[in-house]
Amino acid sequence: MLKGQQSWWFNNKPVIIGAASVVGPDEGEGPLAKDFDLVHPELDMQQKSWEKAERLLLEQATDFAVRHAGLKKDDIQFYIGGDLMNQIISNSFAARSLGAPYIGTFGACSTSMETLALAAQIVDSGNAQYAMAGTCSHNCTAEKQFRYPTEYGSQKPPTAQYTVTGAGAAVVAPTGDGPVIECATIGKIMDLGITDPFNMGAAMAPAAVDTIQAHFNDTGRQPSDYDLIVTGDLASVGHPIAKELLLRNGVPMNDTIFNDCGLMVFDISKQKVQAGGSGCGCSAVVTYGHLLKKLSGRELKRILVVATGALLSPLSFQQGESIPCIAHAVAIAGKGV
Amino acid sequence: MLSTSSAGGRPYKKWSMSPKEYQTFAKQREPARSVLKNCLKAFVVGGAICVLGEFIQQLYVHLAGMKREAASNPTVATLIFISVVLTCLGVYDKIAQWAGAGTAVPVTGFANSMASAALEHRAEGLVLGVGANMFKLAGSVIVYGTVAAFFVGIGHLIFGTGGNH
Repeated sequence: MLKGQQSWWFNNKPVIIGAASVVGPDEGEGPLAKDFDLVHPELDMQQKSWEKAERLLLEQATDFAVRHAGLKKDDIQFYIGGDLMNQIISNSFAARSLGAPYIGTFGACSTSMETLALAAQIVDSGNAQYAMAGTCSHNCTAEKQFRYPTEYGSQKPPTAQYTVTGAGAAVVAPTGDGPVIECATIGKIMDLGITDPFNMGAAMAPAAVDTIQAHFNDTGRQPSDYDLIVTGDLASVGHPIAKELLLRNGVPMNDTIFNDCGLMVFDISKQKVQAGGSGCGCSAVVTYGHLLKKLSGRELKRILVVATGALLSPLSFQQGESIPCIAHAVAIAGKGV
Repeated sequence: MLSTSSAGGRPYKKWSMSPKEYQTFAKQREPARSVLKNCLKAFVVGGAICVLGEFIQQLYVHLAGMKREAASNPTVATLIFISVVLTCLGVYDKIAQWAGAGTAVPVTGFANSMASAALEHRAEGLVLGVGANMFKLAGSVIVYGTVAAFFVGIGHLIFGTGGNH
């Protein structure tokens, strides 16, 4: 049901009964390596193109998620997915092999929580028994599409971020064993006129702030209700900006732990990832790989994942347009909390 | 279970910053880029590539018995070859992240821009992939290089300074 202006409250408490994450070599060297279901040692994953490699990541993640849920592919009634590629080809092609009724979405790097919120909504409203949400990104496909050829020697500024090679998927059901999706806040576009595609963190920070505040206003909750609030991929430039703005607006963010998936997936002091991770896969692999395990292990009781997306295209920024950004938040609680 | 009403949320302030204010605010929080350090690195690496070129040229002069001018073409070809090999091995972009303009400005950077585009778009075929995309980055260098040469040529014509060849 609608709660406040832009939040959904899931009265029937849909459950994530299975989730999975598959990553590439750089994420496998990061601090969360042991939480992923599969780490590919090579970026090309023995595929003929980067695009095929990205698709493979998603196919494997959805396979694992279905298996972890104790289901078969045919049991999935709706698959909701999106990615960064033009015409979301990674998801459409992966959905082809999955064979489930498919809803394609695009929310750039906010897709992970956009699709999870929609899956929860479909299940909560009784329109599906099993719905799966998934997303993926690959460092080289993103570089190729949005920036330069992967082997091109351009110097990246310290504000740039490193697209995560990884895919994550989660199966949502009305009942079962697993973390519960309590509510979701759908973000609106925030565009504060940042035009630098090498500074997405600063571009996306206002969207995260807006959605987090809307979430608290709509649900009546406080930061202290969450053990952890994570933004998707604001990284070392955008995340401190978001925190400063929230504190300035009187949101007591110091009452909780406020972190960022882009800062968690890599060790930015050791790995050459500039400001940190980004991409659809960033919040997906951190949430589905790492955070859900913490919720199941009761190290965390309740978390808010605020996936952030920069909705630019290579064309729009070449034409000098600013970067419209969005953030979607999903609150997930451990079983029985 | 936490009930929604017990938390006692209050409406937090709406977004009040203007785009201009936010851009200034964000700009102040960008990590500083060391222009001096980048210039120094570019100078050292760019210079080193030139020294290597000079060394190769001297090899052609002394070992192949070429004249200095005649040796410059195979020298450039050798540098291009080295750059393409390093690009294919996936090393050039790593050096470039450190060296900046030092690896971008010399002929090796030009070779890298073409080789990397060719590699990247191989998956789309030889014609629409490699052929059509090879000059994706290098094309603008050629276009504006030609345009600049045209204006320099006009300048030489007006002032009667050029025309040695």
